[in-house]
Amino acid sequence: MANQVSSAAEHADGTDAGEQDAALPGGKEVRRLDRVIIRFAGDSGDGMQLTGDRFTSETASFGNDLSTLPNFPAEIRAPAGTLPGVSSFQLHFADHDILTPGDAPNVLVAMNPAALKANIGDVPRGAEIIVNTDEFTKRAMAKVGYQSSPLEDGSLDAFQLHPVPLTTLTVEALKGFDLSRKEAERSKNMFALGLLSWMYHRPTEGTEAFLRKKFAKKPEIAEANLAAYRAGWNFGETTEDFATSYEVEPATSAFPAGTYRNISGNLALSYGLVAAGQQADLPLYLGSYPITPASDILHELSKHKNFGVRTFQAEDEIAGIGAALGAAFGGSLAVTTTSGPGVALKSETIGLAVSLELPLLIVDIQRGGPSTGLPTKTEQADLLQAMYGRNGEAPVPIVAPKTPADCFDAALEAARIALTYRTPVFLLSDGYLANGSEPWRVPEPDELPDLRVQFAQGPNHTLEDGSEVFWPYKRDPLTLARPWAVPGTPGLEHRIGGIEKQDGTGNISYDPANHDHMVRTRQAKTDRISVPDLAVDDPSGDAPVLVIGWGSTYGPITAAVRRLRLAGESIAQAHLRHLNPFPANLGEVLAGYRKVVVPEMNLGQLNTLLRARYLVDTQSYTQVSGMPFKAEQLATVLKEALDD
Amino acid sequence: MTEILTEKPGAGATPAGSVPLASASQLLSLVPKAEGKQSMKDFKSDQEVRWCPGCGDYAILAAVQGFMPELGLAKENIVFVSGIGCSSRFPYYMNTYGMHSIHGRAPAIASGLATSRRDLSVWVVTGDGDALSIGGNHLIHALRRNVNLKILLFNNRIYGLTKGQYSPTSEVGKITKSTPMGSLDAPFNPVSLAIGAEASFVARTVDSDRKHLTEVLRQAAAHPGTALVEIYQNCNIFNDGAFEVLKDKQQAQEAVIRLTHGEPIRFGPEGSKGVVRDPATGDLRIVTVTPENESSVLVHDAHQQSPTTAFALSRLADPDTLHHTPIGVLRSVERPVYDTLMSEQLDAAVEQGGKGDLAALLAGKDTWTVVG
Repeated sequence: MANQVSSAAEHADGTDAGEQDAALPGGKEVRRLDRVIIRFAGDSGDGMQLTGDRFTSETASFGNDLSTLPNFPAEIRAPAGTLPGVSSFQLHFADHDILTPGDAPNVLVAMNPAALKANIGDVPRGAEIIVNTDEFTKRAMAKVGYQSSPLEDGSLDAFQLHPVPLTTLTVEALKGFDLSRKEAERSKNMFALGLLSWMYHRPTEGTEAFLRKKFAKKPEIAEANLAAYRAGWNFGETTEDFATSYEVEPATSAFPAGTYRNISGNLALSYGLVAAGQQADLPLYLGSYPITPASDILHELSKHKNFGVRTFQAEDEIAGIGAALGAAFGGSLAVTTTSGPGVALKSETIGLAVSLELPLLIVDIQRGGPSTGLPTKTEQADLLQAMYGRNGEAPVPIVAPKTPADCFDAALEAARIALTYRTPVFLLSDGYLANGSEPWRVPEPDELPDLRVQFAQGPNHTLEDGSEVFWPYKRDPLTLARPWAVPGTPGLEHRIGGIEKQDGTGNISYDPANHDHMVRTRQAKTDRISVPDLAVDDPSGDAPVLVIGWGSTYGPITAAVRRLRLAGESIAQAHLRHLNPFPANLGEVLAGYRKVVVPEMNLGQLNTLLRARYLVDTQSYTQVSGMPFKAEQLATVLKEALDD
Repeated sequence: MTEILTEKPGAGATPAGSVPLASASQLLSLVPKAEGKQSMKDFKSDQEVRWCPGCGDYAILAAVQGFMPELGLAKENIVFVSGIGCSSRFPYYMNTYGMHSIHGRAPAIASGLATSRRDLSVWVVTGDGDALSIGGNHLIHALRRNVNLKILLFNNRIYGLTKGQYSPTSEVGKITKSTPMGSLDAPFNPVSLAIGAEASFVARTVDSDRKHLTEVLRQAAAHPGTALVEIYQNCNIFNDGAFEVLKDKQQAQEAVIRLTHGEPIRFGPEGSKGVVRDPATGDLRIVTVTPENESSVLVHDAHQQSPTTAFALSRLADPDTLHHTPIGVLRSVERPVYDTLMSEQLDAAVEQGGKGDLAALLAGKDTWTVVG
């Protein structure tokens, strides 16, 4: 499982796959592997994401641990056969607990020359490459700058190359169907899936059922895809080119007992929101405007109207959060979902929510910036925007999930803070978590936190003359939260707004001392939020170096740490879920190490916060390529820090 | 009062002022009626009204506070939401629930409130800058959706709170602090804009005509869906007398076209003028009524599904002189209400799939079991 800090390091991510030969049924060799990384790559229109998704589902149901990395361009259909149009899906699966989608693929499936060219740099020598030779025409190769055919000029000699005429074989297999050549060709991804499914002994029932359901209204297409899928499987079994198939045993020991499913970050986050509404016994209200890579949450929540979930697709980002804030005033658990550019537009309303002191979840699925940036790529560069991106002193708590499945728990935690403290809360996920997936132990509803809240129901203050009144800004002495008095409650009629108000009464106040008091009170309310102490994983207890991260870097950082420990190094690791407020023990933790390394997918935003807050000489290591860190890369950096 | 919140055992932490645990999901679905008779006083908050002395806003506030008891709704179920600007201070003075939000966003915020709480009567108070400039997008989309909101647009054709710049309804050539050589942009006609944005209810009235204002409010309140009421409001500091032509008895005879549903559209001294349709163009024009043409004077039909005639009526007004300004309800048609449709989808989803089962949702359909 990839969602818990583990000191056990029997298996390190990124180490060479252990192999052992096994039985030889049907004359073919079967080898046992402990882990495999496969990358499917093709044109945006080749269906690589679907192929990857299906292979993932097969793998999940087989019981391997897994982690995925979809990688696709922002254009829906970039020009065919070009490098910018290449879409890929990487899947890492293993018989043990893994943490990342893997650094380098053991197998690359390249559906055309562009896919080969765009991905070959990541493929280590000796790896297997399956290419669709039908697409390696002179013209297609010239389009991406191949002067001679890489399949013939010896440039791929270092790899185990499997040239397969995928298109021809698919069309051949579908001869009996009443389909045009073009239609038949479209099933070539299923042929490839069938071939890979044979190579890795994947169960086929799930994909067969999936295809039947997906094309329920076009049974001819369903049958054609099934035929292509089976033809791919049979091709592997019969052709001599594929002499070996591989087994990766289920990762039974990696998983605690329970019921599991595969889940992506955005789906887990959506379920977390639905669960939060149920656990709070409040109707869930989403105000949102479509934006990549957050739209899937809007799509998902709009399916769950039978949970009383209301989804409002607004006219813009501002209206999305506006509607959510209006619903929060009315007593809903209100959410807005977006990505960085949307947060920029919502900033003024977030400030209003800070002033109104109403619960509101702002879900930011971070992507590459600035401006439109890299809509389909990942980045962690909205941390300071979430922390400070508003006018005035407008503190907002921040929670960040660390793995796709953890998005579920993080959503519940963000809801807890919002509801308890009557405040907007940022939930900072990112494109990598959003689209990546991993196995998740499905919790029982009774394991989930009780988030029920109380609305104010009567007067809460006695005036000097003895009369009982309701003060909308009279605070809970412990949490500093103000009462949540929803319209419809008799006797509590009150007006709130973005103008500074007198503490207690909530009346407009321009009094200097009151403003100073209110600014400090809002800050104190955030600072007081109770968050768990930061757990440090330091098995030897005497590590000289601490590596600390936040968000989706958890996987590669942990994989790098395991790798170093396997090599006998002593290194400590900690990962922040709460970015505002920080855990109370954070300063002490940081001070306890000779060196602190902070890897981030930005230019050092957490690092800036840590240095400013704790006066420690933390060392930043950053990457802003739109891609997650690789375990190998981080292991090297951390080794240098250890040796320094 | 109707019981709107019910108790539940097992309360968690108790924030200040809260008593028993309650759930908003159990709130009633329709706006409850007040118990007993209400008076204007019930709707006055304890806050000192801080508009400039002589501001048209006072008259509108008094008219609204005076009208509310007639509605007879439980005042805790009434919410006023506003944006930013002079008019947007309005909610502070109403003894109902209220939110003074941010510039231009009130229709969006109110849409969230109204669509999540059908038991509330939600009113938006906005101005010409708030609704038509910074918040234009939210206004047109609220009208298009037909959310159950009553939008009162105070139009004084000037920016008051920022001290006197021209607004999107100012006449071309307006000399202001920001346009010393005259403004260049053509104004919006809010009524035309609203009709173009698929509004189901559009009316115009004037701050100083309490009777007319109240009648328009009455019809707006009764309308299911979004009602836009443009209220001409005098800013006696920065644009004094902007609507004098409509208020001066003498001039008003020529300037104001009072619309009454089912009545011929006539105005001028003793109804000497009338609105007729030009058979050649289909457009409307103004004629002096004679025994010969009297029968061709248009009879106002606010309930006409087609917006064409209402739009044509709205175009009779001259943006510079305000001559031939129609007031009254230009359009009032029934159209599906967004919040009702939204709730019906929720009900339909429960009917089709049963009430949501969290355990089943989380597990999905593709699980495997690991035995410990």
